[in-house]
Amino acid sequence: MSDTTLPFRNPTSETVLARRSLIALAVLGMALLVGAPLLMVFAEALAKGLGAALESLGNRDARAAIQLTLIITAIALPLNAMFGIAAAWFITKFDFRGKAFLITLIDLPFSVSPVVAGLCIVLMFGANSLIGGWLVAHGLPIVFALPGIVLATLFVTFPFVARELIPVMIEQGRAEEEAALTLGASGWRVFRTVTLPNIRWALLYGVLLCNARAMGEFGAVAVVSGKIRGQTATMPITIEMLYNEYLSVAAFSMAALLTALALLTLLLKTLLELRHADALAATRRH
Amino acid sequence: MRPLIHRSPMPGLGLSMGITLTMLTIVVLLPIGALLVKGATFGPGNVWEVVNRERVWAALFLSFRLSLLAALFNLVFGVLLAWVLVRYPFPGRRLLDAAVDLPFALPTAVAGIALTALYAPNGLFGGLAKEVGLKIAYTQWGIFLALVFVGLPFVTRTVQPVIEEIDREVEEASATLGATRFTTLRRIILPMLAPAALTGFALSLARAVGEYGSVIFIAGNIPLVTEIAPLLIVIQLEEFNYDAAAAIGIAMLTLSFAMLLAINLIQIWSRRRIGHV
Repeated sequence: MSDTTLPFRNPTSETVLARRSLIALAVLGMALLVGAPLLMVFAEALAKGLGAALESLGNRDARAAIQLTLIITAIALPLNAMFGIAAAWFITKFDFRGKAFLITLIDLPFSVSPVVAGLCIVLMFGANSLIGGWLVAHGLPIVFALPGIVLATLFVTFPFVARELIPVMIEQGRAEEEAALTLGASGWRVFRTVTLPNIRWALLYGVLLCNARAMGEFGAVAVVSGKIRGQTATMPITIEMLYNEYLSVAAFSMAALLTALALLTLLLKTLLELRHADALAATRRH
Repeated sequence: MRPLIHRSPMPGLGLSMGITLTMLTIVVLLPIGALLVKGATFGPGNVWEVVNRERVWAALFLSFRLSLLAALFNLVFGVLLAWVLVRYPFPGRRLLDAAVDLPFALPTAVAGIALTALYAPNGLFGGLAKEVGLKIAYTQWGIFLALVFVGLPFVTRTVQPVIEEIDREVEEASATLGATRFTTLRRIILPMLAPAALTGFALSLARAVGEYGSVIFIAGNIPLVTEIAPLLIVIQLEEFNYDAAAAIGIAMLTLSFAMLLAINLIQIWSRRRIGHV
């Protein structure tokens, strides 16, 4: 009996069969749930050829939508980055009462439906409200105009940068900054030459996440934008309008453009994770 | 009594506190406050009257029930995916890992129309489903699918780092003591993953309850059957019925906060039971 060699079986891992079936299940699930819709976007956009797809992106309303989305992102991202840095600095460099509560408040937008967020902004700044009425009377409408869309975008992306920076800055502590201060550096200089180099990759990571959400936000923007073609219709809103008018190629071409931007964001994010894993928050290291 | 803010040699207290509190107030607190004030001036009785209608209850219940089911699906599939991604080397693993984040990066409206095109009766998968007599798009199945899509990354991304941290010696010890691999997975590994998996489940659930963009295209939006709660708010707003919109908004806000509270309590309980992980 001694020459019947039992195949070696590692007791701390699953059988080959179990492994293969789990891998197959994971790959199949992802292909059906994520891969297929992704391919579908491009297939539908190119259903009538590349020419038709590009042509639909070239008309005036489409160009206005693309421009609007880029403008909103260009305003929302720096504001959000500024808030994220300020909040992370305040929370990690000082000790005060109610810190946990403040963090909860910053995270609040994640648990509010985008549509409810839009509703809140309409109620606060709409023409019928106290502040909104006054602003409209002074020629600065917020709702159904650019500022409202920016506010809605800021609301839904609010915690992104702060959430990336806070764990990184907690981990790094305050010793380096304290040393720089003792050596006579000014506050700004400490931030620029000591803190910023330590947090730059985490900052970029947070901004990337923020960017993806800002360009693609639909629910909150749909409520506050008023969907005025050529004026307050962002790219996602335009996709909805075209789709509801059964202009499939045009809708999916716009969708394909947004998808391409999303894939680019994802690529940059993956590169960041590979190259600078040590500079990102502990939870991101894998 | 502890001072409100401890003295610190760090610079920038005023500036960072000022920016943080100002932006928090303008962007988040004032708007949410406006919703609550609107509800208060409309009157709790009137709010209840708006919410206590069959169509609103049906929408709230639908959003909650399908979100729960989608989050449960994501819990199981997400843990499986995280395990496969961390433990099994196979060709294409990096690509699969990167693809997990796609639902976060893809705009919800894009996901919505892509899923609809795929699962509509004349679509690729929808056609196959029709062969076996199943209708997916424009039914509750479609909503479920969209909610699974948007919540997919949460569980995987919270569980993955925990699996990486697991000390392999624990599994070896379990094996030497005679446990089968299945027993080790069930009695040793899964309890270690539970708190993180629960966090991911909660995030996935919270996201799904409020989800709008990916759902409205595939839902069909038939009152009482496939109409989700956020859509009711949009309908009321389009009719400039701000009071009713605020009432439903408050109901949704209450629902999500109640859920967050419940899940936090479950988390505290599971951490206590299993020990700090």
